[in-house]
Parts: sequence; structure tokens; C-alpha cells
Amino acid sequence: MAELFRRTGPLIAWMALLTTLLWVAFMIVLPQVMMVDFSFRPSLPPSKIGGPEDVYTLKNYATLWANTIHRGIFFKTIWSSMLVTVLALAVCYPIAYHLAQVARGQAAALLIVALIVPFWVNEILRTFAWFLILSRNGIFNSALVGLGLIDRPIQFIDGNIGVMIGMVYAYILFMVFPLYNAMESLDRHQIEAARDLGASTWRIHWRVVIPHAKPGIAVGCIMTFMLSAGTIAVPRLLGGPRSRWFTEVIYSWFFDGGDWNQGAAYAFALLILCIVFILVMMRLFRVSLQDIAK
Amino acid sequence: MTSSSLLRSFIYLYLVLFFAYLFLPLVFMMAAAFNDSRFPTMLPWQGFTLRWFQELFADQLMGRAVWNSILIGLGVVALSVPIGLAGALVLYNLQSRARTLIYGIMVSPILTPGVIIGISTLIFWRQYFGVGGGLMLAVVAQTTFIAAFAMLLILARLQRFDRTLEEAALDLGASHTWTFWRITVPFLRPALLAAALMAFLQSFENYNTTLFVIGTETTMTLNIASRVRLGLTPAVNAIAVILIALTILGAIIYELMRRAEVRRRALAAEAAA
Repeated sequence: MAELFRRTGPLIAWMALLTTLLWVAFMIVLPQVMMVDFSFRPSLPPSKIGGPEDVYTLKNYATLWANTIHRGIFFKTIWSSMLVTVLALAVCYPIAYHLAQVARGQAAALLIVALIVPFWVNEILRTFAWFLILSRNGIFNSALVGLGLIDRPIQFIDGNIGVMIGMVYAYILFMVFPLYNAMESLDRHQIEAARDLGASTWRIHWRVVIPHAKPGIAVGCIMTFMLSAGTIAVPRLLGGPRSRWFTEVIYSWFFDGGDWNQGAAYAFALLILCIVFILVMMRLFRVSLQDIAK
Repeated sequence: MTSSSLLRSFIYLYLVLFFAYLFLPLVFMMAAAFNDSRFPTMLPWQGFTLRWFQELFADQLMGRAVWNSILIGLGVVALSVPIGLAGALVLYNLQSRARTLIYGIMVSPILTPGVIIGISTLIFWRQYFGVGGGLMLAVVAQTTFIAAFAMLLILARLQRFDRTLEEAALDLGASHTWTFWRITVPFLRPALLAAALMAFLQSFENYNTTLFVIGTETTMTLNIASRVRLGLTPAVNAIAVILIALTILGAIIYELMRRAEVRRRALAAEAAA
């Protein structure tokens, strides 16, 4: 801290410290603490807040466990997000490898620009694009009917499949770029050496490329999982009442059910889930927080 | 055909499929904006029309939503860039053991689901300050995590800063404040500009966080989503065409600026040699 004062002088140092402190306290730490505190209290009318009934309780968490529908949606969200993550990894791995190790010069630069442009298109619009493809009279159904593969259009919207297709599409770029960054730093000579020594393509990937790309794989998986489990945009557009996502249940506690304390408990459960996933991935792939936030 | 050339043709096929997967949905979406059909679809093609654009521009609710998005975006830029700069300065000069913990707290909003940020902001401000959902709260909630992105961008540039420049200015008798404004800030300018642009775009497209804190107002992104949910017309596709065109234009400008910067640096290096 003394370094900051010595380098920038007291005026700038105090301003920087104060601004940072206000941000960390009033935007990051206190709101989270408040949300957690809220989640352990009963929902009371304003007149009873602070009264004898306003005590800490586990009631809101018990509700999540006892309500089989909500509990089911919670676990479905976990599994589906994991599946989205694995699918995104499988789709992106060959592309990232090709960009990082095979393509060169202008071609590589062009491919990267081609990846970035859809990345800047609004998430809602990217999801809407799939809505148009998957809806009842969308392109996909027209094509299937036209080819005579099915008689009647299939309802893809209002099913988990539609939601998951939309998610893989929406978050694919959060997987491609960490993979690409990690693979790019791999020396091409290592791959050539492995090949000269007689290793098969599979073996080269298993023993050389994947171990080197581990931090990128971890970061890509963390981002994709976190975005999938935590999104409300994609399920609200591509899903329906039969394919509810956990975030939608949280939303309805706040704006349909009017029980914010209950909603806070659900939100905290989701946050814990994401933290656990991040910690497990960090341990599994031996990466630090510095690697993730790049 | 040898096995390696077979593998190569597989890879090229995969590349084509991948980029088709990436772009075709966007192309279909844009094409439907010009189709003279009551539904937002490209097929069957009913003829070319611009009426969905006319309908869009005549829509007052959308006009208001876009205006709200711009106001929120400007507010987020005005808060996130200074906070990001302050945070980067603090982290850059921090060598204590607590650095990892402090860094962890400061980047945590990036790894927190957007809905959680919206919810915690909503609860906190209503309980302590009696502030309900609205434009102000949307600015606050979005700034929480966008400032963290801004901080990382600025910090990355700061780490390449040549400290001797600062020391030279101080040795020659310049005040700390003068040195900061005349040496450090100009050096950081590209990162500050990039952070401002990033902050505006992130704010403009945000849905997950904004949904919880916007109250009875609306933004462009929220308005698009509700149009998709509740029976829609191809006016949504017209918005998509405009936004994607702006995105591509932005990408071209950014690329041209980057090339100019590279050339300038090359020239400077030549002059120095």
C-alpha cells in the first residue's frame, strides 16, 4: 500500500483507494452478504420486521429440498449445464486446435475475425436466431417435413433439447477462445517430435496437446458451465413451462410469488453450486484464479 | 488417398460445417427481416419488403427502450472506467500477501452468474436505501461486474508500463498529480478507450442482470426478449439487421484502428533505432 502512495502521491492514492473500497464494499461484498442474510430469514410483512418472529431460520432451504419439482429442476439444471459444457468442448476443440496449430498467417487471422463477429452479436439475438430455426414453422421443421422425414412439425421449443442447443450456440465462443489461447503457446516442434517418434494422432492429443491446454480447458468449462447454469435469457426464449430452468424458478419467487427471502435462498443455492464447480475444476486442472480472469 | 490427407479433408469439412453453424442462423434471421410475410421466417419467401423497418421506427415503446439502454450504457461507462482504473492502480501497487485474496474478491463478479448480481443488488438497495428497480439500479448492478472487466483490461496495459518514465518526471520536479495526468493516463489511453467501448457494449446487451433490477422500465434487449416471448412480428428481425450491421461496422473500425496503431508503433521503433 505504501508503494501506491510513494508512486502516485497522496491525492491520487486516496482517490484510487476510496473508489476501489466503495466498489468492493457497496457493490460486491455487502450485497452478497445481505442476500445471504436475507435467505436465512422468514418472509414477513414490513410491520413485523425486527419483531420477535424475525429470527434466523433454515425454512427457505428446507422448502427447496422438500419441493420435489424445484429440487428436480435444480438437479436438471446441473446436469444439463454439464452436458452443454461437454458438447461445447467437443465442438470447439478441433476448431481451436486448427486455429492455433495448423492455420497460418492471413487465413488464421481471417478465421479469428470470423469467430469474433458473432461473439459481439447480442446474446438475445443469437438465441432468437435459433428460435426461428426450431419453432413450429421454422426452417428445421420445414426441411424435415420437406424431405419427408417427419409428417408433422416437432415442437422443439418448450423442450430441454431446444434450450440446450441454444446454449451451446450462445456460449461456444467462451469455450473457443480460452482453448485457442492455451493451445497457441504450444511449440509446434513438440507435436512434430512426438509424430517423428511414431506417436499416433490420438496419442499426440492425449499426451501433448491436452496436457498443455489444461488451463484453457478449465477456463472454457468454467465459463460455459457458469453461463449455462446462471442464464435466464436462453430458457426464457427457447424453453417453455415444461423445460423450466432453475433461474426461472428464482425469478418467479421474486416477481410472481413475491417471496424474496425464498428467492434469495434459491439464488444462494445456485451461487454455491457455481462456486463448488469452479473450485472442483481449479483443483482438477490445477489452475489458479489468475489464469481464469485473463 | 493417404490417411493424413483423409484427415485433412475431414478437418476442412468440419471447418465449413462449424462456420455454417455459426453464421447461417444469423443469416436466416437477417433475411427474414426483408421477407414480406406476417411471421418472422425466411421460408417461404413472399417477396422483398422494408415495411418491418418502418414498423420498427414507428414503434414508440422500442424508441423509449433504446433510449433507456443508451442512458444506462453511458452511466455504466461513467462509473466502470474510473472504478476499473482505481482498482487497477491499487492491484498494480499491491505486493502484500493479501493480494491473492483481494484480487479474488475484485474479479469475483465476473464469475458470479448475472442473475445473482441482479438479485443481490435489488435486495441490498431496497433494504438499506429504499431504492427500487429502475434505471439507476440497472446502472449500479451492471457496473458491479463490468467494472471488473474494465479493471482487467487496464491492469493488463499497466503491467507493460515503463516505470522509469514516471520516475524521470518526478526527479525533474513534476508533482505526483501532474505526472499521473501527463504520463500515466496518456499511456493508459488505449486501454481506457477499449474499456469504455467494452463497458457500453456489455451494458447494451445485458439481459440476465438487468431483468431483475429494471423495475417497470425496459431496455432494448429486454424489449426484444419480450417481443420474442409474446407473439412477434419480423420487426425484431429488423432490429437484428441493424445491430449486426453496426457490429460489423464496429469490428471494421476497430481493426483499422488496430492496424494504424501497429504501423505507428513500427514507425516509432524505426525512428528510435
